[in-house]
Amino acid sequence: MQALYAQLLVGLINGSFYALLSLGLAVIFGMLNIINFAHGALYMMGAFVAYFLLNLGGINYWWALLLAPIIVGIFGMILERTMLQWLTGLDHLYGLLLTFGIALIVQGVFQNYFGSSGLPYAIPDQLKGGMNLGFMFLPVYRGWVVIFSLVVCLATWFLIEKTRLGAYLRAATENPTLVRAFGINVPRMITLTYGLGVGLAALAGVLSAPINQVRPLMGADLIIVVFAVVVIGGMGSIMGSIITGFALGVIEGLTKYFYPEASNTVVFVLMVLVLLVKPTGLTGRAA
Amino acid sequence: MTALTDDTLPVTPRAMRDEMVVFAVMALLLAAVPFTGVYPFFVMQALCFALLACAFNLLIGYGGLLSFGHAMFMGTAGYCSAHALKVWALPPELGVLVGIAAAFGLSLITGYISIRRQGIYFSMITLALSQLLYFIYLQAPFTHGEDGIQGIPQGRMFGVFDLSKPTVLYYVVLVGFLAGFLLIYRIINSPFGEVLKSIRENEPRAISLGYRTDQYKFLAFVLSGTLAGFAGALKVFVAQNASLTDVHWSMSGEVVLMTLVGGLGTIFGPVVGAFVIIAMQQYLAGFGQWVTVIQGSIFVICVLTFRRGVIGEIAHYFRRSL
Repeated sequence: MQALYAQLLVGLINGSFYALLSLGLAVIFGMLNIINFAHGALYMMGAFVAYFLLNLGGINYWWALLLAPIIVGIFGMILERTMLQWLTGLDHLYGLLLTFGIALIVQGVFQNYFGSSGLPYAIPDQLKGGMNLGFMFLPVYRGWVVIFSLVVCLATWFLIEKTRLGAYLRAATENPTLVRAFGINVPRMITLTYGLGVGLAALAGVLSAPINQVRPLMGADLIIVVFAVVVIGGMGSIMGSIITGFALGVIEGLTKYFYPEASNTVVFVLMVLVLLVKPTGLTGRAA
Repeated sequence: MTALTDDTLPVTPRAMRDEMVVFAVMALLLAAVPFTGVYPFFVMQALCFALLACAFNLLIGYGGLLSFGHAMFMGTAGYCSAHALKVWALPPELGVLVGIAAAFGLSLITGYISIRRQGIYFSMITLALSQLLYFIYLQAPFTHGEDGIQGIPQGRMFGVFDLSKPTVLYYVVLVGFLAGFLLIYRIINSPFGEVLKSIRENEPRAISLGYRTDQYKFLAFVLSGTLAGFAGALKVFVAQNASLTDVHWSMSGEVVLMTLVGGLGTIFGPVVGAFVIIAMQQYLAGFGQWVTVIQGSIFVICVLTFRRGVIGEIAHYFRRSL
């Protein structure tokens, strides 16, 4: 049973990353109509920024948790201002191709300097060790990742669904021209939205750094799984992205316990099943 | 929905003549390669990728469907051909057929699944399916995992052509490429191809005219996947191995890049794009991962400033369809 709980925990952690990343993809898609292929690369950048902050600037994990998303978010906003904004009105696929190119550039540059091996990032002192829950041994850091991700996901949901700013955002998603007529600076909102989505990816990167090590290709394969998550859950609903992300992480964890050979493929297989049964995705509208 | 190509020219006898002239020039140039001292292996490799890119272009350029998993057809056909040649010791022509049949079967399944969603979702689904296949091939015993299938016997095509001779192999690959190219050209200019283009331009209108667009897209997907498999089967004889790199997502990305550079929705663009990208990889091989960075930069530059691609720009300049 210990092993089952351990795999469930791993599943929850992966689920946190799926949720944070698919959430960002959904928010960005809503405003920019772009599937951000660079999301995985920016997630990786988040981890690297945390690594640089610690090893070059002596800035600890807690500050990295705040600073890395901001730094990567600014980088993302520069990308949006200099490149992505020129794609408005073009076919969706150009956004995919452009961000794929950006992902190749970012990953290639990091691979040149850091190869393909992983760099260690120590767990902060406050979160070291573990506690015995009676039925299992819980490493504190892993528990922290799950709870913190959940809080961030719910905060993002709250921001978008319940605040005035979120209302502008949702309105601009539906009809940007009309929202502009009300005197709201939609292009700036688009830039900030991209920054927010990218910041969430970078935050996931920082959280994963002590668990998965810091590697240039850490986001490359992850983003494809997240795409499958997005296909399953649909991008229409924020809460849908969060729930699908966590649920698929848990299913993957259970697969690792019961049938490890399929743990890499289970999300893709589920995607196929969902497409066969309900082609629009679990929460999605037809697209 | 904005159209991919802004200038759709009607098919006129003149356009057909232009295209046939360019095709004849291309065929002659390629046929002359063994006499020029150009490294034939490079050209053979480029021809295989050119056919793959043409097959991919059939789907994106004429059907408006961006598949981000086309490497799976090439890789699957490659593995199956290689297995048939090495383990079953089949003659080359049957080995190629096994590969094509495998790609055909795979495209039936993946097409049935992925055609259910459109636009951006279609791209994500094809990418996810190819990743699923990648993991299956990583674990399946017959692919030999990371090592791949190596040392594939080349044999004699139809019992006559000795494929271990580079010049013979070159002409066999060239004939295969030209046959595939002409077939794609025929598909594009058939009534089926015209309906496909109308779906790309305006799917709701095509539906309202009574076309069952899903069936057209499915057929285009199967044709494209099968032809991509043909390219993969040919590549087995050139590379004499079949490995995981051929099913990896980065390979699918390269195919997209080749077509984008040459020109989406142009007839000759994918061929030009394949030669450009393969040549670039050849010359920059010593620069390690900078090749990835350069490829990424080409993506960015093409999308931002050069969406018609090389052939698309030329065609646009001369107001011809190429």
